[in-house]
Amino acid sequence: MTDAITIAGVRKHFDGAAAPALAGVSFAIRRNEFFTLLGPSGCGKTTLLRMIAGFEHPDSGDILLDGRSVLGLNPNRRPVNTVFQSYALFPHMTVAENITFGPEMLGLKRPEIRERVARMIALLRLEGMADRRPRELSGGQQQRVALGRALAASPQVLLLDEPLSALDLKLRKEMQIELKRLQQETGITFIFVTHDQEEALTMSDRIAVMSHGEVMQIGAPVEIYEHPANRFVAEFIGDTNLVAATCVARDGAAGRFTIPGGSDIVATDASGATPGAKVTLGFRPERVGLDGRVTAVMQHAVYLGTDALLHASLPDGTVLRARLRAGGATPPATGSDVGFSVAPDAVRVFSA
Amino acid sequence: MKTSWRGLAPTAPAAIFLLAFMVGPLLLMLYVSTLERGAFGGVVWDSHSFVAYEKLVFERDLIGRLSLNPDYLTIFGRSFQLAAITTLVTLAIGIPTALFMTMLPPRQSALLLFLVTVPFWTNLLVRNFAWILLLRNGGPIDGFLGWLGVTSGPIDVLYTPLATGIGLAYSFLPFMILPIFVAMERIDRRLIEAAFDLGANRLRVLTRVVLPLAMPGIVAGSVLVFVPCLGAYVSPELLGGAKSMMIGNLIQAQFGASRNWPFGAALAMVLLVILLMGLGLLSLSGRRRKVA
Repeated sequence: MTDAITIAGVRKHFDGAAAPALAGVSFAIRRNEFFTLLGPSGCGKTTLLRMIAGFEHPDSGDILLDGRSVLGLNPNRRPVNTVFQSYALFPHMTVAENITFGPEMLGLKRPEIRERVARMIALLRLEGMADRRPRELSGGQQQRVALGRALAASPQVLLLDEPLSALDLKLRKEMQIELKRLQQETGITFIFVTHDQEEALTMSDRIAVMSHGEVMQIGAPVEIYEHPANRFVAEFIGDTNLVAATCVARDGAAGRFTIPGGSDIVATDASGATPGAKVTLGFRPERVGLDGRVTAVMQHAVYLGTDALLHASLPDGTVLRARLRAGGATPPATGSDVGFSVAPDAVRVFSA
Repeated sequence: MKTSWRGLAPTAPAAIFLLAFMVGPLLLMLYVSTLERGAFGGVVWDSHSFVAYEKLVFERDLIGRLSLNPDYLTIFGRSFQLAAITTLVTLAIGIPTALFMTMLPPRQSALLLFLVTVPFWTNLLVRNFAWILLLRNGGPIDGFLGWLGVTSGPIDVLYTPLATGIGLAYSFLPFMILPIFVAMERIDRRLIEAAFDLGANRLRVLTRVVLPLAMPGIVAGSVLVFVPCLGAYVSPELLGGAKSMMIGNLIQAQFGASRNWPFGAALAMVLLVILLMGLGLLSLSGRRRKVA
C-alpha cells in the first residue's frame, strides 16, 4: 500500500526572507492516519500544508499523492480539501449552499449532491441550520460547517490549518474529540497543523515536530513525549527540566552525570555521551521525587489542583521542577535543602 | 423626549445645512413648477396652474384643445435609454478593470487607482471638448480608420447619439470602477482560495464568489453612473446633435432660451420623483435579499 502523501526533499525560500521556510523536508504520511504538523509559528508547518493544497510551490523537491506527483496540478484539480484557520465560509451562501459548493464543482448529479449534503449535516450535527448564513452561527457551528464543506468534496486527504485556534477551551476540547471521531468514521487521511502540543498529543496517530523549516522528530505521541529526539522537542512538548551536566562514567548503555552542586544523576540510556563530555540532561517534572540525593534549595510550591509543582534551585541558578500528586507529602519549607530523586529511565541525554 | 432632543443638538449644523441648501431649493422648485410663466421669463409669483405638468404630455392649440405631444416623452425615453446603455458599457469595462486592479501588487494597483482619478483634475467641459476633436470627420479616429481601410468615407460620428454615448461612458467610467474596485478589494482572499480548494475553476470562482461578493459595489457603481447620466448636460450638449437632446439640455433650455421656468422646474421634479421611486425599489429589493 502506497503512502497517502510523500514529501520528498521539499525546500522553499520566500523572497526577502532571511531563512528558508522549508529547508529540505522529507517524510511520508500513511493512509487513514491522523497526522499532525506541530511547531511554533514560523516553523514552516503552514507553508507545507499550503504546498500540499497547491497554494504554494516548492523551490525544489516533490510532493506525491498516492505515489503520483501533484506539483503540476492547480489547487482545484487536487483531491485534497482544506479547513481554513478562519473557516473562510462563503458569507453570501447558506450553510447548505456552502456544503453544496464542493460536490457541485466536482460535477456530481443533483440527487447525489442532495444526499451528500444531508449526510454531512447529519454527520456534523447541523440539523436545522441548513438555511442559515455563516454569520448567524456560533464559532463552533461555523467550524463544523467548514469541516462539512471540505468533507463533502470527498477528499483523499483533509488538510486542517489550526482549525480550533479560534474556539474557547471547552469547545476546543469537544471539537478535538469530534475531529477524531470524524476521522475514524470517514477513514480519510487528516493532516492537522497546530502549535498547541496538547492538542497534538490528544488527537494524533503520529506527530511531526517542526522547527525553523526542518522536521525535528516524527513519531507517535508517546514516543515524542517519552523519547524526545533533541532538546527542542523536549522543551516544546510538555514541561521539562533541562540541566547542564558532565558525564563521569559509562556502564553499558547507562551513564552517570554530575550536575551543578555536585549531585549525581544516572541515566539508563546515555548512548553518545563519553566520560568528560558536557551534555544537557532532560527529564519530566512528574518523574522527579522527594526521596533522593539530588540536593537543591526549595523556592516555592505552586498548587495546581490535581498536582503541586515544586520549584527548587541548583547552585548555578538552574530551576529544578518536581510535579507531585496533591494530597501527598506536604511541600518542604521555602529555603530548606531538599533531596530530589530522578528516575534513571526518565533521563534523556542531549548534546549540550 | 427632552433628552433625545438634546442628544440631537450636535446634528444641528448638518440639519440646518440640509434645510437651507437642499430642502429649501427643492420646495422652491416644486412651488415654481406650479406657477404661470412670466411673459418675459421668470414667473408670476401669485398665479397658480398645472400647465407645466400638462405640457409634458399634451399640447394646447390656439383655441385651447389638448392633443398628445410625444416630443418631451421621447426626450425622456432617449435619456433613460442612453443612461442605461452607458451603465451597461461602463459595467462591461469597469468590472474587468476593477478585477485586474485588485489582482495587481499593492503598489501597482495604487498607481492604477491614481490614474483612474486623474481625469477628475481636468474640467469635464474641456475633456468633452477634446472628444469633439477626436471624433470629428477628419480627426484622428476618422483618419486612422480610413488609413486602415475600415471606413471608406467620413465616419460621421460627431453630433449623433453615438457620440453622446461615447462621451457619457468616458465621463462616468471612474464612478463605476471605483466602487467596484473597493468592493473587490474588500473580499477576503481566503474565500477565493477556499473556492479553488473546493474544485472551482477561474470562471466559477468569478461567477460564484467574486461577483456576488462585489455586488454591493456593482450596484453602487451602477447607481452612481445611471442617475447623473440621466441628467447629463455637457456630453449631449457638446457631442450630441439636435437629435440626441437629453433631459438635462431640455431643462437648461427652459431656464434659458425658452424662458419657461415652470416647465423647467416641472421637468426636474418629474425626473426627481422617477429616480427616487427607482432607488426606493432598489433598496427594498436589496433588503428583501438580505432577509431571505
